Amino acid sequence: MNGDREALLARVTEALRVPAPLHHEKPTKPATHSVTAPFREWLPPVGAGAAEQVALFAKQSEVLRTEFLECPSPEAAVQHLAKLAQENGWKRLALHSGRLADAVAASLPGSLELLCIDGGYEKNALEACDAGLTECESLVAQTGSVCVTARSSGGRALSVLPPHHVVIASRSQLVPDLAAAYEYLAAKYGASYPSFISFISGPSRTGDIERILVLGAHGPKKLTILLVP
Amino acid sequence: MISTPEPSQQFHTDADRTTADDPRRAAVRKALGNYKVARGKTENAFTSWPHARDAAAAIKYEGVNHLDRYLREFEEKFTARGGKVFWASNSAQAREYILGLARERGVKSIVKSKAMTSEEIHLNAALEKEGYAVVESDLGEFIQQLMHEPPYHFVFPCMHLKREEISALFERELGSAKTDSPEELTMIARRFMRRHYIDADMGISGGNFIVAETGMISITENEGNARLTTALPKIHVALIGIEKMVPKLADLALLLPMLATAGTGQHLTCYNSMYGGPRQPGELDGPEEFHVVLLDNHRTRLLADPEQRDALHCIRCGACLNVCPIFKNIGGHAYGTTYQGPIGSVITPHFRGLQDWKHLSGASSLCGACTEACPVKIDIHHHLLHNRRNAVQEQKVWWERLIWFGYVELMKRPWAFKIAMRLAPLGQKMHALVLGTPLDPVGAWTKTREFPQAAPQSFHDYWQERKEARK
Ligand code: SF4
Repeated sequence: MNGDREALLARVTEALRVPAPLHHEKPTKPATHSVTAPFREWLPPVGAGAAEQVALFAKQSEVLRTEFLECPSPEAAVQHLAKLAQENGWKRLALHSGRLADAVAASLPGSLELLCIDGGYEKNALEACDAGLTECESLVAQTGSVCVTARSSGGRALSVLPPHHVVIASRSQLVPDLAAAYEYLAAKYGASYPSFISFISGPSRTGDIERILVLGAHGPKKLTILLVP
Repeated sequence: MISTPEPSQQFHTDADRTTADDPRRAAVRKALGNYKVARGKTENAFTSWPHARDAAAAIKYEGVNHLDRYLREFEEKFTARGGKVFWASNSAQAREYILGLARERGVKSIVKSKAMTSEEIHLNAALEKEGYAVVESDLGEFIQQLMHEPPYHFVFPCMHLKREEISALFERELGSAKTDSPEELTMIARRFMRRHYIDADMGISGGNFIVAETGMISITENEGNARLTTALPKIHVALIGIEKMVPKLADLALLLPMLATAGTGQHLTCYNSMYGGPRQPGELDGPEEFHVVLLDNHRTRLLADPEQRDALHCIRCGACLNVCPIFKNIGGHAYGTTYQGPIGSVITPHFRGLQDWKHLSGASSLCGACTEACPVKIDIHHHLLHNRRNAVQEQKVWWERLIWFGYVELMKRPWAFKIAMRLAPLGQKMHALVLGTPLDPVGAWTKTREFPQAAPQSFHDYWQERKEARK
């Protein structure tokens, strides 16, 4: 059963018989344009080198109230995580397995109970966790965003249900802009994209009451990004 | 909503009442003042906002003007990944499909994330009538649901309410303690909602974009409620208007930042998520079923008008409302429409009947602020003029025709015009006698304005006199 398919499509085709005039200028192509994203140069400037882009990511994180930390080594990331666990009184940390996540999980203090959700999870158990640790696809310098997908980041809920989301990423995952993040996904997955892709920019927020910013509306109240070499 | 006999009558009564509500207007103005500052800053961060607008307009133009092709492409890609597409010509079909699904799958509780399309088809009322518990999870929508009021603004649903009012509402409906902290209030809603995400067996969402190339829909939100709604329940239904089409996934690399900039002044909204099918093999969570309901509901009527087709490019950022002097004064509810503000005034006559809704074309100062604010360059204020013209062409008003006839006859004859000019000051004296009484023929105008004084001498006479004197 797919409803009124034929009738609806016929109406659309009929409606489009007369072409519409253009109200906009034919978009000007910038000097150096990419095929997939001919518009990218009109967006906010990103800076050329990796160092500049890390700096931009850090600046955007500050605006977004993301805690962003460049760790000199994986050990430093573990230390920071242990500190967060202690400061925030975490009892349970949910996570999925992966190269970066495993390395960190192995050396966390034993007092922290770990819930690995690779084989699925019980919703209430995940909700009861104090934090969720995930990997990501990429970090977007231009907007300070983390790109997660169902495949790289432990499914859909791990990065949104627990009240604190911690991302562990390597420096090589930093991309300049959204267009680059999409190019990366296309190259990696071809036609079989994960069923869920999300760009996360800061902790969950709302301005619905008097347009005053409140963090932690329904998703995480805190977002921490640990960048390892 | 209460059905009213005459939308235009209702509009005037409501607008009169809301414009007299000074504190409410001040609150709305303040909220929108903050928006203006934030937006200006973000817009200026673009290397070139004007070029970006052209590029965004071109993307939407392509999507809308080849809609049939892209709808087919979307369907093919989406169903190949296990999604189900339902084509709804009107609101009844869409409602029936979703209700049928709920019945068949034995659904008990439903959680919803923001979807203006569901307001458009009155989905909640239909679901509740059949006994389903439906909870709006977006904070603003949740507040409006408890208020039993439609959204005030399609991006900021409860921007007209003050924190005291929301606190009192929560006290009454949820039994929470009184508070004047927006943060506390948000946390009350957060706690309340958590259970619903976990218990619900159906999640209903809207959608900001349909991506043909990859068979995905994209949802933009700040709170994370849509992400939870689409992650935990075992069935996900997305109700989305057919015009939300974009050809390629990478097009979002432009449209997402522009939607955020124009909508709230953010560089990027907190969560921009693309959904391409239900849970895939090898994925550890996500719904078992994902249904996309493609809604026409008179959109093809607007599509068939090449002159105004670009009104379907709208990405519902709400910028045109935020800058509109009329919206700022009459507020969102007075429009009596699902989509408020300038864009609502343009599209509602197409969706719900030109003659019944033509009065909204007059709810504009034609200042063009909306057109200037629009990220996809919709010619909004000219479309209001087009609607005025079309309404008159379709159904002529006898007294307007009489006046124009008289005017034309007068202007054709210079001698008659001269006499009329001479008589004007006298006419004005006579007018003074009936001013403010029901006999005043232009009472609607003079009720709130002063009638301009006729000059004692016409410019023509003045010029002649001056020439004489110089000789
Ligand atoms: S008409 Fe333009 S400004 Fe208004 S909501 Fe739509 S996209 Fe935004």
